[in-house]
Amino acid sequence: MSVDITLSWWLAIVPEICLTVLLFIVLLYYRIAGKDNMRQTGVFTAWGAFIILLITLGMWAFFNEPSATPELVWGGMIRHDAVTLVFRVMFLVALMVTALVSVEVESLQSSEYYGLLVAATIGFSLMAAGADLIMIYLALETASISSYVLAGYHTKDKRSSEAGMKYFVYGAFATGIMLYGMSLIYGLTTHTNLYVIGDILSGNTTSHLSEVSRAIVRDTAFSGGSLTTEANGVLLLAAVMVIVGFGYKVSAFPFHFWTPDVYDGAPTPFTGFVSTASKAAGFAIFIRVFSAGVLGEASFSNPWWAVLVAMSIITMAYGNFVAIFQTNIKRLLAYSSIAQAGYAMIGLITFSQDGTGAGATMFYLLMYVFTNIAAFGVIILVSKVTGSEELKDYSGLSRRSPYLALAMMLAILSLGGIPPTAGFLGKFFLFKAAVDAGLWWLALIGILLAFVALYYYLNVIKYMYLYRSEEEDQAIPVSRAAQVGLAFSVFFIILLGVYAGPAIDWTNQAATAFFPG
Amino acid sequence: MEAQFPFLSVITLSPIVAAVVILMLPKERGENARMLALATMLIGLILSLWVYVGYYQILPDVQGIIWEDTLRFVEEAAWIPSIGINYIMGVDGLSATLVLLTAIVGVGGTLISWSIDDRPREFFAFFMLLIAGVHGVFVAVDAFLLFFFYELAVLPMYVMIVIWGWKERREYAAMKLTLYLLIGSFISFIAFLVLYFELPDPTFDLRVWAEADFALNVQIIWFMPLFIGFAILAGLFPFHNWSPDGHVAAPTAVSMIHAGVLMKLGAYASMRVGIQILPEGTVFWMPFVIVLTLINVIYGSFIAMRQTDMKYLIGYSSVSHMGLVSMGFAAMNMEGFVGASIQMVSHGVMTALFFAVVGMVYDRAHTRSMDDLSGMGKVFQWPMVAFILGGLVSMGMPGLSGFIAEFPIFLGVWRGGDIDLVGTAFNLNPSSFYPWVAIISSIAIIVTAAYILRAIGIVFFGEYHAEKWHDMRPILAIDKVTLVSFSVILIVIGMFPWVIAPMVEAGVAPVVDRLVEAQQNPTFVGTAQTAATNLFSWLGGA
Repeated sequence: MSVDITLSWWLAIVPEICLTVLLFIVLLYYRIAGKDNMRQTGVFTAWGAFIILLITLGMWAFFNEPSATPELVWGGMIRHDAVTLVFRVMFLVALMVTALVSVEVESLQSSEYYGLLVAATIGFSLMAAGADLIMIYLALETASISSYVLAGYHTKDKRSSEAGMKYFVYGAFATGIMLYGMSLIYGLTTHTNLYVIGDILSGNTTSHLSEVSRAIVRDTAFSGGSLTTEANGVLLLAAVMVIVGFGYKVSAFPFHFWTPDVYDGAPTPFTGFVSTASKAAGFAIFIRVFSAGVLGEASFSNPWWAVLVAMSIITMAYGNFVAIFQTNIKRLLAYSSIAQAGYAMIGLITFSQDGTGAGATMFYLLMYVFTNIAAFGVIILVSKVTGSEELKDYSGLSRRSPYLALAMMLAILSLGGIPPTAGFLGKFFLFKAAVDAGLWWLALIGILLAFVALYYYLNVIKYMYLYRSEEEDQAIPVSRAAQVGLAFSVFFIILLGVYAGPAIDWTNQAATAFFPG
Repeated sequence: MEAQFPFLSVITLSPIVAAVVILMLPKERGENARMLALATMLIGLILSLWVYVGYYQILPDVQGIIWEDTLRFVEEAAWIPSIGINYIMGVDGLSATLVLLTAIVGVGGTLISWSIDDRPREFFAFFMLLIAGVHGVFVAVDAFLLFFFYELAVLPMYVMIVIWGWKERREYAAMKLTLYLLIGSFISFIAFLVLYFELPDPTFDLRVWAEADFALNVQIIWFMPLFIGFAILAGLFPFHNWSPDGHVAAPTAVSMIHAGVLMKLGAYASMRVGIQILPEGTVFWMPFVIVLTLINVIYGSFIAMRQTDMKYLIGYSSVSHMGLVSMGFAAMNMEGFVGASIQMVSHGVMTALFFAVVGMVYDRAHTRSMDDLSGMGKVFQWPMVAFILGGLVSMGMPGLSGFIAEFPIFLGVWRGGDIDLVGTAFNLNPSSFYPWVAIISSIAIIVTAAYILRAIGIVFFGEYHAEKWHDMRPILAIDKVTLVSFSVILIVIGMFPWVIAPMVEAGVAPVVDRLVEAQQNPTFVGTAQTAATNLFSWLGGA
């Protein structure tokens, strides 16, 4: 069997190829720049990410790649569609800003650190593009293994080592369960391609027959074009197992246990990265698998739909309520990020075929990338001076460094969903999608829980603006790289907050590609 | 006829620009912040006056007019067109009046805060944002835009109360205020979304909403969330609790904006969005709401009677007076609506004046307790005169604006007894009890007179302690300007009601038309029971 590799196959993975090239250059960077100039590695990585971002957007704008009609390439491993594009933009932005703010942390200045960041980005990018269970799994592992190492990067720091270990153990366990669920799906349908599986489960069993043995397997699972009762049970079991893996990746309740410890212990720039890019990648496969009908048709009548709704509600509630009691800002943002995952799930569970639901989730994740990395950027800068991440060390920040406090306040407001920041529109689009799908009670619950969140978000603002500290007259030094990174994020927090039209149209348009046909 | 110059956008957005510029001023030049703020506020005042006068000259004929045709100075631009969100601004008679009120109180607030020395840059920047948010709500003709500005107005309140507020209560009060207001607005917001999707061609354009006839079920179910969500901001019982605390904890300028304008924001939005869009829901629920407003009026005034802290006194008096606004709406006729609208303006200026006086006194005497302040009249003549004038307005003395406002409200409520409705919420029939509401609520006037006179008696005419008050800072010319101009407005409205009456009449006429129509609507004869059945079947269907 010979396969013709066409140009469009290559075009579909240009960003990943570029990222791989960047990875090699970064790994060899200390040879070029010399050991004394390691700080430049971060800036170089950021430039690389920026250029790849321009290439990716340029290909879309000028060469219509990816086009509006999705295309399966590399033997069905990768789907070249607009969804991938949106998520790639998120990952590249996250990589770029993370690299810029990482420059502030002395102990992270090495080729390995930045190389691992790039490697994780390749994994995320392929996760978003994957259209095959095997591809998704491989990409997930690529991203995860890099992430485990990054979480435990400060080997001398016990908390960091613990974070890496915890992340790894939970991750391996959750991914294992997910893999088992995937194998059940394969057993039922004898295929690994998401869209073929969706097609078969929707009753189209004959068109994908290729071998007799497969037909026999399938005949036991199907009767008269639909699944037998037993097979339906197996499918539900598979769905629950897959949800475990995805729930872990997006840190949804009850698979969130790793989140606070990893966020707290890992190097702060990586925390910003994992809370945004990794979560977004998790949602990419989450939405893709469920929307493609891999676990049965995406509708409210499926039993696992109720599981997802319950997960979303409990995740929002749990994250927000527990965050109230945090006194460490990284842990606070960890629980906040759990809650945010619950919000993002609202868009997923509407299953709006016109893309408004998944589009709202994508918009939410996009704004979350800018918002959360900005917040963690400020945390890096502050803790570099104060040496701690306690909330009380933020006292008097508005007098100490007004612009840092302003950036943090905008990020916090965006997380809380207050205009004129992007978070407001992010929540608005999600709730709108929910009401559109008839789930106005879900929107109501989400909104009420958003006020719980507001309490602890406003608390952070209170520390920065109201309380005084003795070091008020010592401004916090901010390097040029971090300035650029923060300014870039804040600019987009405001821009997406007041002029979101093009962005939401873009993500809504792209989200239609999640659905087959 | 259309004005080419984007008046409303400039009025609304110039404070935002000013806020950004103020924040960028270097620390040493904090002094310039207040000049910049004052200049912006004055520009806003001139433009709002221009808009007001411009509207007054081309008053529409209110007979049978729809809301869309009463709008002037309309500006339209696409914002997120794909989901029906547009940047549409425009004013009717009422909002033009309220924009002017905001501009006046804004200038007053800037002048009162002139001597603020703790981080003036941040103070004026947040103050500008607050003003921008308030202006934005009044001029928005798009539900989303309205909501956007509404939220924008709440946040500066939080920051300003927390940083510059009264040390003992500020954290508690600020958090309480923010959560109350945001929860209210978001409950309204769910109703927004439901109504949005009820439209055949979903849009957030309020002009479309105002003419859309929503199904009876939808109206009855979603009126309360929509109305109450905004009415929280107007201090409606039993959600009034945040308001006195917020008043007390806020710095003077913020108290002025808060009581003077922000509470009107709630009343305005609940009328413009709640009542105008869901007239049948209004008719169904209003006989119940009027009971709440009655409690508001009576309860607020009795609680005010008990206060010894000047700011709490005014805070509860505000609750009582804002209850009259909602009561005017609940009367469901022209008299009630016009009275309520004038009451918004009259109360806005009056409370701003009260808080200005209390702020001045507090800045100098460092106490607000009435017992400690006795005999202040000897030292503070100007504030005393202003406070007495405000007190008379508050009691509804003829010849002052309070009378022009409250008399039509009571008249309207009395005349509301003509409305005969069967099957409204809890089977309350206006014809059977509205006159009683008018009678009982007029008790509040007596109680108001009692607590106002008591306050004046103790604070200004009580025993004078020369040793306590001998080296008081004098009242500045700037402060006098504020006091005099506010007083003049109260007198002018009282003596020459024609400066404002036709304007607010043009603003509320379309709403009243819809309400009157809804009262005669033959489809609206279902009992509360069928409505409840409808509710459950609708919930089940969703």
